[in-house]
Amino acid sequence: MATVETAAHNDTHKDNDGSWEGGSQPFKASYGKLMMWYFLVSDAFTFAGFLIAYGALRFSMPTWPVPDFVFSTTPFNGHGLPLVFVTVMTFILLASSFTMVRAVQEGHEENKRGVVKWMILTIVGGFMFLGCQAWEWNKLIGEEHMSITQNPFGTHTEDGVYLAGDGHYVNEGDTFVAGESYLVHKHDGEWAPLDFKVTSGPDAGMIKSQTLGPKAFGALFFFITGFHGFHVFSGIVIMLIVTINAATGLYIKRKNGYEMIEKVGLYWHFVDLVWVFVFLLFYLL
Amino acid sequence: MANIATTYDDDVLLEEHGYNDHFHDHHHGDKYQSGFISHYIFSMDHKVIARQFLITGIIWAIIGAAMSVVFRLQLGFPEESLAWLKPVLGKWIVVDPTGVGTLAPEFYYALVTMHGTILVFFVLTAGLSGTFSNLLIPLQLGARDMASPFLNMLSYWFFFLAGIVMFYSLFLSTGPFSGGWTAYPPLSALPQASTGSGTGMTLWLVSLTLFVVSVLLGGINYVTTVLNLRTKGMSLWRMPLTIWAFFVTAIIGVLSFPVLASGFFMLMMDRGLGTSFFLSEIFIEGQALDRVGGSPVLYQHLFWFLGHPEVYIIILPAMGLVSEVLAVHARKPIFGYRAMVYSILAIAFLSFIVWAHHMFMSGVNPFISNFFVVFTLIIAVPSAVKVFNWITTLYGGNIRLNTPMLFAIGFVSLFISGGLTGVFLGNSTIDIQMHDTYFVVAHFHIVMGVAAFFGMFAGIYHWYPKMYSRFMNETLGKIHFWGTLIGAYAIFWPMHFIGMAGVPRRYYSFDTFDAFKHFSGMNQFITVAAILVFFVQLVFVINFFYSIWKGKKMTTKNPWDATTLEWTTPIEPIHGNWPGNLPTVHRWAYDYNKDEREFVSQIVPLEEGEVGDH
Repeated sequence: MATVETAAHNDTHKDNDGSWEGGSQPFKASYGKLMMWYFLVSDAFTFAGFLIAYGALRFSMPTWPVPDFVFSTTPFNGHGLPLVFVTVMTFILLASSFTMVRAVQEGHEENKRGVVKWMILTIVGGFMFLGCQAWEWNKLIGEEHMSITQNPFGTHTEDGVYLAGDGHYVNEGDTFVAGESYLVHKHDGEWAPLDFKVTSGPDAGMIKSQTLGPKAFGALFFFITGFHGFHVFSGIVIMLIVTINAATGLYIKRKNGYEMIEKVGLYWHFVDLVWVFVFLLFYLL
Repeated sequence: MANIATTYDDDVLLEEHGYNDHFHDHHHGDKYQSGFISHYIFSMDHKVIARQFLITGIIWAIIGAAMSVVFRLQLGFPEESLAWLKPVLGKWIVVDPTGVGTLAPEFYYALVTMHGTILVFFVLTAGLSGTFSNLLIPLQLGARDMASPFLNMLSYWFFFLAGIVMFYSLFLSTGPFSGGWTAYPPLSALPQASTGSGTGMTLWLVSLTLFVVSVLLGGINYVTTVLNLRTKGMSLWRMPLTIWAFFVTAIIGVLSFPVLASGFFMLMMDRGLGTSFFLSEIFIEGQALDRVGGSPVLYQHLFWFLGHPEVYIIILPAMGLVSEVLAVHARKPIFGYRAMVYSILAIAFLSFIVWAHHMFMSGVNPFISNFFVVFTLIIAVPSAVKVFNWITTLYGGNIRLNTPMLFAIGFVSLFISGGLTGVFLGNSTIDIQMHDTYFVVAHFHIVMGVAAFFGMFAGIYHWYPKMYSRFMNETLGKIHFWGTLIGAYAIFWPMHFIGMAGVPRRYYSFDTFDAFKHFSGMNQFITVAAILVFFVQLVFVINFFYSIWKGKKMTTKNPWDATTLEWTTPIEPIHGNWPGNLPTVHRWAYDYNKDEREFVSQIVPLEEGEVGDH
């Protein structure tokens, strides 16, 4: 393909913004914003690596804990409330994305007070999310004894009837069907799996006891939500710095519509987006 | 035909046609290069950072090459005493009462591992694309510097830090990591698996994680600079092929290194916190470990998702440099400029969907392997496009056979030789015989090891005047070229035969294999060739450092009569690259021997009635 150019044509290279002819910004974005985008692309690939590993390990297991059972507690002794707490968590994080959008908007209008106000609300949202995560981890680790190497959430593969109770939720004689989940408790620091009698399939009549669930569940859960939580934490630290800078009037001097807020905003929305995937894989599927 | 005889003076052109970006209205001196430390050490100037990458790369290349000499001695002359190496290698040379010294097997594995890691990452990634992306992207695009000079500086220092950690690991009492440069679990995941799997592996992981940070900081910078900082008139289709290559290399790096990082983070968890992402049913000394449920093949997938694109991260910059050097010294436009660009893009795309061809024998589903075979073989198409275009560029050219040109031509030769064996290895069935043999070693050393080095040498000899305002010695350069070319073929050609016979790579000794005994002569030959090539490289090193201070001085701005923008900058480099206006670009980078003009710089406006090329 030959492009014909005359000298006259060539010498009238205009300062046309958004063109690819050089001397301008083809995406109408400053280099800083572009760099943030490329960083986020690379970070997305890191998370993709983790989530693909999650998929690979999960589908190599015969069973996987059912999220409705695992994540069914809330503070103030709420039990049997599947996904209620994590819904609140997710709502908080998504709400903080909304406040971030408002901060960016105020930035475009060069309104310092507005920027600082909405940034503070975003930071609060971030802290609340982290607090929720801390509570959830504490519950799983401290009370349910899940760790990166052990996972007490098992799944029945046969129908059966319990031969003993655990004093809380399972009573002697309770029946269950294949696919139902259970939590193995600890007594005096020792695992106390319950015995049951199988009532279906080739093993009908046999006495078995509960076994711990796939280790990978615990490892992947803490690792991936931890890595995400670390991103949230980093975001909070960066937002604190940027908010202080905004409050001191640094970005007014730069006269670029509080671009730094926009860049941090990109990061914050990305962290939210990653959470949507984490939420999907760990809590919904 | 219009009157083409007009001659231009670069300075006048820059003055009249360039544009003022008000760069020099501000005082940049203090921030960038006033004192010794801010000029030579923590410099934010891309030209200084480029030289930092290059010299660090050279140092690592010497270390990595010296390691290969040591393990080649073991392979070629297993019976000879290595006691003379005792002062250097200490306890890793075991001397028996009769005074015969042998290389400790675990250190042999460590040497092989370190040789691979150092050469692949520190030399051919950081030393090659780190050097030339930094040097040429701003200069050839007409930019004052990188998009973010600060992050650019950090990119070098993260690389430096990675180097320090890796270097430290060489001196551990348990030795550096010894499980192969790919660091497959379980050798890499269980500290008790081998001597090098303990602290050595920990430091290896730390070092390479720092290295990933360096690559990302650099890559994000390169991509952004190419997109946003091109000078007026420098449309994408006017960029020299060097820039296209660096641009695409940086994109590949930004997309593939993060996945390696995710593998590394999971490996760290397995090593330090007892998870079992990559471990399943492991026995150590007959004892079953409580590490179940993971998959070592998962690590291999994550690793090779970087590992395969990585070979293009290594070879694409070399291809870009060679394309430019060939055109300049053949005094001809590069043949098929757009085809060259499209083939770079095609190679980059394909590089992401062929990774499992490194794993045909790892227990991957043979049906899935078929797809990877097909995509792997398709890579031969854009590669061949490039090779034919290089050869056609040379055809009928006014060739100057100077050192950079020789190395560029040598690159093409090596790329063909090594590329052809890649077609063999890309077949999963042939791989049953060939996998993990010296055939593989020969293939990748020629096609991405030596070839990439040739591209790098072509670049160094060609752009040395831009880096140091002096020339390297031509005679020493030619000795370096012929010694390396002949020597490299002498090393790796015989390896193909050894490999076809099934001799496995990475083995310490073949004493107990009757089938391989008759190769001992060939192994000795390879070792002698390797030692000679090592010493020929010292000729280069001496030439390089001698010429920094004593080389022939550059007297004109554009000694090669090249068209690209870096040759319109002053002989003595300055911060901001151009003393006054930024150049404006009016044509592509390959106007050689056009309309009776020997060459036309990119800053020369088109004549009345002149047709812009391509």
